[in-house]
Amino acid sequence: MIPALGLLAGVLIGIFLQPDVPVWLQPYLPIAVIAALDAVFGAVRAVLDGIFNDKVFVVSFLSNVVVAAFIVFLGDKLGVGTQLSTGVVVVLGVRIFSNVASIRRHLFSA
Amino acid sequence: MSEPTPDERATEVHDPTLPERGVTGRRAWQTLFRVARPRATRANIFAALLALALGFALATQVRSTTNAGLETLREPELIRILDDVNEEDQRLQAEQRTLEAQRDRLLSGQGSSDEAVRSAQERARSLGVLAGTTTASGPGMTMTIPDPSHQVTAANLLDALEELRDAGAEAVQIGSVRVVASTHFTDAEGGVSISGKLVAPPYVFTVIGDPATMSAAMDIPGGVRESMRRLGTEATIVSKRSLTVTALHQPMARRYARPVPSPSPTSS
Repeated sequence: MIPALGLLAGVLIGIFLQPDVPVWLQPYLPIAVIAALDAVFGAVRAVLDGIFNDKVFVVSFLSNVVVAAFIVFLGDKLGVGTQLSTGVVVVLGVRIFSNVASIRRHLFSA
Repeated sequence: MSEPTPDERATEVHDPTLPERGVTGRRAWQTLFRVARPRATRANIFAALLALALGFALATQVRSTTNAGLETLREPELIRILDDVNEEDQRLQAEQRTLEAQRDRLLSGQGSSDEAVRSAQERARSLGVLAGTTTASGPGMTMTIPDPSHQVTAANLLDALEELRDAGAEAVQIGSVRVVASTHFTDAEGGVSISGKLVAPPYVFTVIGDPATMSAAMDIPGGVRESMRRLGTEATIVSKRSLTVTALHQPMARRYARPVPSPSPTSS
């Protein structure tokens, strides 16, 4: 509940403050957001699997964001930034889908 | 699809309040709500902070994507924009060359006074056309509004004039009155008073400008010809390769306005 409220508050703050994304952060922010979303869906699934743990959530959230940003950074340095970004998005997207499928099976038995 | 994610595999500690793996249906919802209950553990607050950051980043990213500049446009759009810019650039460069050549001619010693006089005369002529103090000739059209039943009002004529000006009319004469910036229209007995002079139907517009553009502008839906038709008269348009606007406007002597000397472009 508190994290959900936090998410809502964050969105509202972002809408009202309208901050500009710094240039150095621009390539990483979208990937980091998707990685964080993956962690969130993974957490909900873990709750339903009965194996949720706050500490694991926090660590996986942070490591997801950092690793995703690092992969993009590395890709930029190697000259394959766009392709690698696409790859990361695809992988995270697949994971989000599989997590959502699992959540759906738990909640709706379907 | 159902292989456990690393998040799950890494979990060693089981919360005893949570049910075992594989709950479904109502119990799953119950689990979800139980976990969602606010608990003031440090990890929960940390998770809330992370969620706050995620929401913030999400909103920021969405906003910056929504009003992103050129970098998110697709290739064809970029090409179109580039073409536009190039075209504009060429046009401006051509204009720059013309103006520079003119400036050089004016600045150069020989024939400078001739050039200045010619330029001044040229300007006087074009200003005369604008002010209505000289006759003007060129391509254009005549528009005749017969209006046998006296339905056309001053406002209709003004609308027609504005439409013509929008379409690029450069010199306009209605009946025997030259139209200038200060021309005014008033409804009058037996016609319309234009700048104090009674003009009776049929109203004949003599207009210099691009005939195709102007006659197209008269024909637009809801435009001049259609509103005339609604008033029970048919505006006839005849395009001409060359016609002359002969009526002249008598300028009033100005009593108050004095021109402010502007820095001449040739002195730079």
